[in-house]
Amino acid sequence: MTKLVTDVICPFCGTLCDDLEIEVSDDGKKVTGVYNACAIGAEKFLHSAAADRVTRPRMQQADGSYKEVSYDEAVEYAARVLANAKKPLMYGWSSTSCEAQSKGHEIAELVGAVVDNTATVCHGSTLIALQDVGIPSCTLGEIKNRADRILFWGCNPAHAHPRHMSRYSIFPRGFFTGKGHKGRKMIVVDPRVTDTAKLADVHLQVEQGRDYELLSALRVAIRGNKLPDVVAGIRKERIYEAADLLKSGRFGIIFFGMGVTQSLGKNHNIDEAIMLTKDLNDYTKFSIMAMRGHYNVTGSGEVLGWQYGYPFCVDLSRGFARYNPGETSSNDLLVRGEVDAVFVIGSDPGAHFPISSVRKIAELPSVAVDPHITPTTEISKLHVPVAFVGVEVAGCCYRMDNVPIESRKVVEPPEGMLTDEEFLERVLQRVKELKAEQGAAAAAAKGKVTA
Amino acid sequence: MPKIKLNLISGRTIQQGVSMEGGKEKPAYREACGIIEMDPADVKRLGIWVPANVRVTSPYGSVVVKAINATMGPHPGVAFIPMGPWANQVVDPNTYSTGMPTFKGTPVEVEPAEMEKVLGSIELVQSTTRKGVVK
Repeated sequence: MTKLVTDVICPFCGTLCDDLEIEVSDDGKKVTGVYNACAIGAEKFLHSAAADRVTRPRMQQADGSYKEVSYDEAVEYAARVLANAKKPLMYGWSSTSCEAQSKGHEIAELVGAVVDNTATVCHGSTLIALQDVGIPSCTLGEIKNRADRILFWGCNPAHAHPRHMSRYSIFPRGFFTGKGHKGRKMIVVDPRVTDTAKLADVHLQVEQGRDYELLSALRVAIRGNKLPDVVAGIRKERIYEAADLLKSGRFGIIFFGMGVTQSLGKNHNIDEAIMLTKDLNDYTKFSIMAMRGHYNVTGSGEVLGWQYGYPFCVDLSRGFARYNPGETSSNDLLVRGEVDAVFVIGSDPGAHFPISSVRKIAELPSVAVDPHITPTTEISKLHVPVAFVGVEVAGCCYRMDNVPIESRKVVEPPEGMLTDEEFLERVLQRVKELKAEQGAAAAAAKGKVTA
Repeated sequence: MPKIKLNLISGRTIQQGVSMEGGKEKPAYREACGIIEMDPADVKRLGIWVPANVRVTSPYGSVVVKAINATMGPHPGVAFIPMGPWANQVVDPNTYSTGMPTFKGTPVEVEPAEMEKVLGSIELVQSTTRKGVVK
């Protein structure tokens, strides 16, 4: 017999779908079926039951192979690496719960670490932009119930957020949007004819990297001013047509993704997109929202925000919080060789950082906390497998519209496996002891000198 | 040997997501992300029959991937490698004081590499990061 667990949160992307139904074996140990999830979410749940899963920590040997060690040894190594480093980088946090993030920050404060999350290679530019010019935003529920103009800029939800369009943005019938997609107009701006663009009423195939120009042109067109014949590879008639379409709606939203954050211009592209939203509010109601990737990258920004006032790349090495993207951000620190140890949790920089940064992680004392084998775990000195948040342990997560949702535990983790929070708690206790020893040794040495 | 210049972008695909969650050490991840999507016009300029292995080189690195016709084209002049270790061998790591590497818009050169192999993700990252390991 199997059991069906309903109303489960999907721990894959920032859409945080909350209607999954998971079939688990009678003993509550194995996922046997996943319903309502997208292909990626389903794979994530099913992979927790993989037979070849690593269940004990592994240390890298001199020849590059890995040897199984106990959790005690793993805690000792991680604590020593962090306590002995002058400026460790503690990166990731986006695939774990807010509770674990908070616990990890306690360690970071003690050891003077730089805490950075995956926004640094995702929506970091967005966070800089919204500190520059503010952000008029709303919740996904408001979009479902009210929005009749949807603009996807530099994002491809059909592939990256597979249920976003069906749950919130294009297809659902809401309180004031009873006709579903028939009552909505959809515009997509993308240099490729993506599967999202194929669904759009208007697709502006912008020349790659010319987003700023096109955003500026739309601002000009909205005011009814003159444009050159072609901007960013798009004829002016198309731009005027898109501007009129946006102005004629009752409630509109701009969703934007990596197309604007990772192309040249970066935060300035988003500044301009937010200003376009502001301009559109002279005619109708308009909002803008970032398409966040990891299911709890927003949560990491929130927790860092409450605790230190900054949403990513927070440098605690001087005993107080500093924030300066470009200086205290992971890739800059790694490329310039400014950190002397790396602790990775809930992310995979080995696969998703430029290789020049990955090379530095491989050279340094490094710990990777991840339920699975990834390029990061295979170059780090220590790999600590942990229980899956959202599958094997519950915890708070933030949706892309900053709404916190409590994820659910659906199955038991493999026997004897720690959760992120438990592992971090044990490392924290050991770091406290090591720091006390270091403090005592320093005081004794000082006493000797004085005497 | 013909060699063509393209503008490289990277990003998610649903196959990238599914294979990533299914295990990055598995061959499915290499098949989903160790590829370069090129416009048919660019494939013709390069003089290859897809699928075929090609070497992609930028000022920041070089990698062998399998060339296929663009699934979300047409986009002549633009090449696409799904986000992952293969794309990251060649992307522009400069952040220009924003913290964000320039993952989209890297100038690359593509040339046929029939005799070279597309490495798996772990093999690729280990061979390019560990000292003493022959590529």
